[in-house]
Amino acid sequence: MKSLGSIRRSFAPWDDPAATPYIRFENVTKRFGDFVAVNDLSLDIYEREFFALLGASGCGKTTLLRMLAGFEEPSAGRILLDGQDLSGIPPYRRPVNMMFQSYALFPHMSVEANIGFGLKQDGMPRAEIAARVAEMLKLVKLEQFAKRKPHQLSGGQRQRVALARSLAKRPKVLLLDEPLGALDKKLREETQFELVDLQQELGLTFIVVTHDQEEAMTMADRIAILDKGEVMQVATPAEVYEAPASRFVAEFVGSVNIFDGTVRENGAEGMRIDCGEGRVIEAENSGSADIGDQVAFAIRPEKLQVSSQKPDNARANALEGEIYDIAYLGDMTIYHVKISDGLVIKSAMLNSSRLVDDPLTWEDRAWVSFAPDAGVVLTG
Amino acid sequence: MRRVVSAITSRLVIAVPYAWLLFFFLVPFVIVFKISLSDLAIAMPPYTPAVDGIRDLFARLGEFDLENYHLLMCDLLGYVGIGADLCRGGFSIDFFERPYLSVAYISSLKIAAVSTIFTLLVGYPIAYGMARAPQSLRPTLLMLVILPFWTSFLIRVYAWIGILKPEGLLNQLLTNIGLINEPLVIMNTNTAVYIGIVYSYLPFMVLPLYSALEKLDHSLIEAAQDLGCRPLSAFWKVTFPLSLPGVVAGCLLVFIPAVGEFVIPDLLGGSRTLMIGKTLWSEFFNNRDWPLSSAVAIILLLILVVPIVLFQRAQARAQA
Repeated sequence: MKSLGSIRRSFAPWDDPAATPYIRFENVTKRFGDFVAVNDLSLDIYEREFFALLGASGCGKTTLLRMLAGFEEPSAGRILLDGQDLSGIPPYRRPVNMMFQSYALFPHMSVEANIGFGLKQDGMPRAEIAARVAEMLKLVKLEQFAKRKPHQLSGGQRQRVALARSLAKRPKVLLLDEPLGALDKKLREETQFELVDLQQELGLTFIVVTHDQEEAMTMADRIAILDKGEVMQVATPAEVYEAPASRFVAEFVGSVNIFDGTVRENGAEGMRIDCGEGRVIEAENSGSADIGDQVAFAIRPEKLQVSSQKPDNARANALEGEIYDIAYLGDMTIYHVKISDGLVIKSAMLNSSRLVDDPLTWEDRAWVSFAPDAGVVLTG
Repeated sequence: MRRVVSAITSRLVIAVPYAWLLFFFLVPFVIVFKISLSDLAIAMPPYTPAVDGIRDLFARLGEFDLENYHLLMCDLLGYVGIGADLCRGGFSIDFFERPYLSVAYISSLKIAAVSTIFTLLVGYPIAYGMARAPQSLRPTLLMLVILPFWTSFLIRVYAWIGILKPEGLLNQLLTNIGLINEPLVIMNTNTAVYIGIVYSYLPFMVLPLYSALEKLDHSLIEAAQDLGCRPLSAFWKVTFPLSLPGVVAGCLLVFIPAVGEFVIPDLLGGSRTLMIGKTLWSEFFNNRDWPLSSAVAIILLLILVVPIVLFQRAQARAQA
């Protein structure tokens, strides 16, 4: 058997021009009265993909999921699943199942009745239902809880019952609405990996809605970042983090330092951005910016170095400032370095050695340095 | 010191409802029960022994008997038609030969049961609609359900006479739109009693149903649909079972007072509408037989309390 890791490694149908998307949102708009929840949105999701819809509350991610499940109809545009237009198909005839944020377990039914509910509804013979329910219970490791009622289970167990119930009918696509939102941090981290393994094992398409970027980055093959009903970027977790398409994405995912400035030079040897107050940042060439354009240079805190001496590398950018705040987190230390009144830079330094001879402390003069290719130039 | 005070205060808080129940339910019940063990007398009050104080009560304990219950039992045996030899007592009327109290009991229970079912059938859609109405509209709808209480119950029942009588509003309407030629005979029948009970007790059904349905998480219905249920089947498999506590509470709130209902059968029912409340009234005021009517009332109480207690036990077991 091929290992799950190697499947994931080579899985990238979105880069393959010949691949046909499994789920297509085509110019979908959804209005609730005057409020536009989803605005002319198009999105392709591929078979066997673990896809995350990430955004703040009210960005339209849940509405998108509910339209796919059939609880809401698009006001305009259409949704295709495996080539079939889903418009007008009620939720009970769609080959998708949903795991609800509240789990929505039927409180008057036992765990096994909950899991078998959809199968019974489809008129599956009793023996087959029993076999499938047993299989599902085994999958989520709840064999000894079959006869319990939902209120007799812990939060984590309830979450697994909800998962088993939504998987029992073997849907083509599983929709998960904030699946881990109600779990505590430790359980959430464990469950993230379990969900990915499960998805790989079953070979299903998972679409997960979440507001937790860490959750999205851990689980998803690709992430769609939504804001105000529009897609800001669709990319793999690494691309979203390292090459954000816009200032919004850069600020939304992880922590970032942004330098606003004007392009002064843009040539083969690199780009120079004038940030005012005599600061000029050297950046890698960005084809999309012309001289005179307003751009933002975005750099992640862990890609900056803080030192007490000016670094001798001439190519590197170096800014002098004062240590303004320090947060020691054990594995790393976050420095806030005040360059000028309006500019405080965050830097995360890995504490790779136990003892540092000359530790930086509050109100020390310090240099913040970074290589030109450590950040990205954003024009949007 | 403070702990003692707080212990006393917490006892006092519990004592208030207990004292209320004691004085306004248990004491009257004991008095009625005592009268039911007495004998009819032409006196003031119209029964014997008329007890004067607690000490007198103990002195005259021997004068109480179960004659009225014997009589009620004979009435029931006569209704069923067995055990004539148990009833060779010297009653003024032969209850075994001409049972009428059992008939009234059974008829009351039947009328109450039928009306309860109709009230449920009418009340459920109303409560469901209210629970699904926009949040902003719900207080208004709730108000509309409670609004009839602002008019006297008696007046509202009286108003139905004007609607249901042969030349009443309903018959006029139906004649004018040409649906009927002859006026419908509704007034002074059991149908009129059903209408009266359903109308009068509807709020008692709607309110507990509404509170059960309103609590229902809508995502449960969506989950049922997601798993393949059509809306109607989602209702029967999820909504209805989960609203059962409301259904039970509503049915009890309607059924219990309806069994002993007196005003509605008296005003809307005919001479052939037999209900125990009416029988009790005539036993009490026309025959002035306080002991027998007290016994009738005690038995009515038992008929209602025993099933409720059994039901609650069963429910407590089901939840445990």
